[in-house]
Amino acid sequence: MNIPKFKLPALVSRIGGRLPQWPHSVTLIAGLNAAVKMKLLPQDSLALLEGRTFFVEVLDAGGKANFTYRNGLFRPLFTAPATPDLSFRANLSAFMQMIARQEDPDTLFFNRELSIEGDTELGLVVKNMLDAVEWPQMPKVPGFSH
Amino acid sequence: MSQPNIPQLICPAGSLPALKAAVDNGADAVYLGYKNDTNARNFAGLNFDDKALREGISYAHAKKREVLMAINTFPQPGRVADWHRAVDGAAALGVNAVILADVGLLDYASKRHPDLRLHLSVQGSATSYEAVNFAQREFGVRRAVLPRVLTLAQVENVIKHTTVEIEVFGFGSLCVMNEGRCWLSSYATGESPNTVGACSPAKYVKWEKSPGMMSTRLNGILIDRFGDNEPAGYPTLCKGRFEVNGSTYYALEEPTSLNVLEILPEIARIGVAAIKVEGRQRSPTYVAQVTRNMRAALDALARDGERYQVKQAWQAELAKVSEGSQATLGAYSRPWR
Repeated sequence: MNIPKFKLPALVSRIGGRLPQWPHSVTLIAGLNAAVKMKLLPQDSLALLEGRTFFVEVLDAGGKANFTYRNGLFRPLFTAPATPDLSFRANLSAFMQMIARQEDPDTLFFNRELSIEGDTELGLVVKNMLDAVEWPQMPKVPGFSH
Repeated sequence: MSQPNIPQLICPAGSLPALKAAVDNGADAVYLGYKNDTNARNFAGLNFDDKALREGISYAHAKKREVLMAINTFPQPGRVADWHRAVDGAAALGVNAVILADVGLLDYASKRHPDLRLHLSVQGSATSYEAVNFAQREFGVRRAVLPRVLTLAQVENVIKHTTVEIEVFGFGSLCVMNEGRCWLSSYATGESPNTVGACSPAKYVKWEKSPGMMSTRLNGILIDRFGDNEPAGYPTLCKGRFEVNGSTYYALEEPTSLNVLEILPEIARIGVAAIKVEGRQRSPTYVAQVTRNMRAALDALARDGERYQVKQAWQAELAKVSEGSQATLGAYSRPWR
């Protein structure tokens, strides 16, 4: 499945930005915690995330998530810190391409499709941690296979 | 027509998935490093611990590919044992070669592990056949990686005067390329690839967003400012724009990438043993993309010989992952003398 570069219409982010932000925060955090429980994320990298605050914004979908990592779990932050330790901002297609390993984060960064702000070293820890994950083979769903 | 010499393809791996991507996409060898400052890509969360190394080596060896271990920083005062341990560990794990830069470490490895194959790292900064032959005579070095400062004619001259295999860079980000001797990162941060294993370490880097603009600072020094749609580069001093005599421009080096596909037949003809892809800091995706296209080009050269032609599709995918908006032949092509 090839994910093309796309941008959602501006209307989506206008509506998305007004919806409650906790449902997709919870989804993202549930996904991260599932990866922790499956021991996909290396312990030495996770230890470096302890107590740090993260912000992820899907620009064209208007979705925002604030979270932290504490005592072995990712946890949502219902009060956003004034300056999170690390912020990622990109359109939905860039996030999808990155997670599907279709595009390299550095490529997206060079092309200004991914913005990273805050503690650069923490950003590198997160990037390299996700790069080192050996995702389990996804079951082949008819219509979604290569 | 005689079969052309086809150089080996050496690809980077900063993680196990990257190693597998390199092997699966046609690398003849991967190069990698430990999770510490014994290698020049010592970035947080990158590289291999013992468990990942064992799995990576068995994955590559099962598919008859080689694993080369870079231990290419310079042992620091009081901690020489850490570098010795890295060499001992690599030998015990059964890597196909270690890539070393420091003469003291080359000496140690050649005496302690006489059967371990030694490569001279690009950080060793050997640009002449005398330097390469010295490393062969004193330490039994079998291959040397040449710094990216030589023209193709100069590379050919080195090859003609040595029996050491010669490896050159074929693709990846370029810097000011004074490899192993560069002081720019130390000037700004007090740390450099030779000492801590990283150029412009991330803890000194700050990306600052302001409306319509992003500024990059290295330990407080303003390196560059980008408009919202302007491509960005790595935060190194050599790729910064600075004000010189009233005008602001890339005073040292413009962010560019090396791409040798156009001169691949010449590289093969002069007898280059291996082509290296830069980028252990990049993701498995980059490794897959670059390895796939370099492999396709080398296979085309083996098949078509003199009728070899660069395909647009290879160049398009390689251009996409490049740093900077242009790819160049670097120092290889310099018509002037």
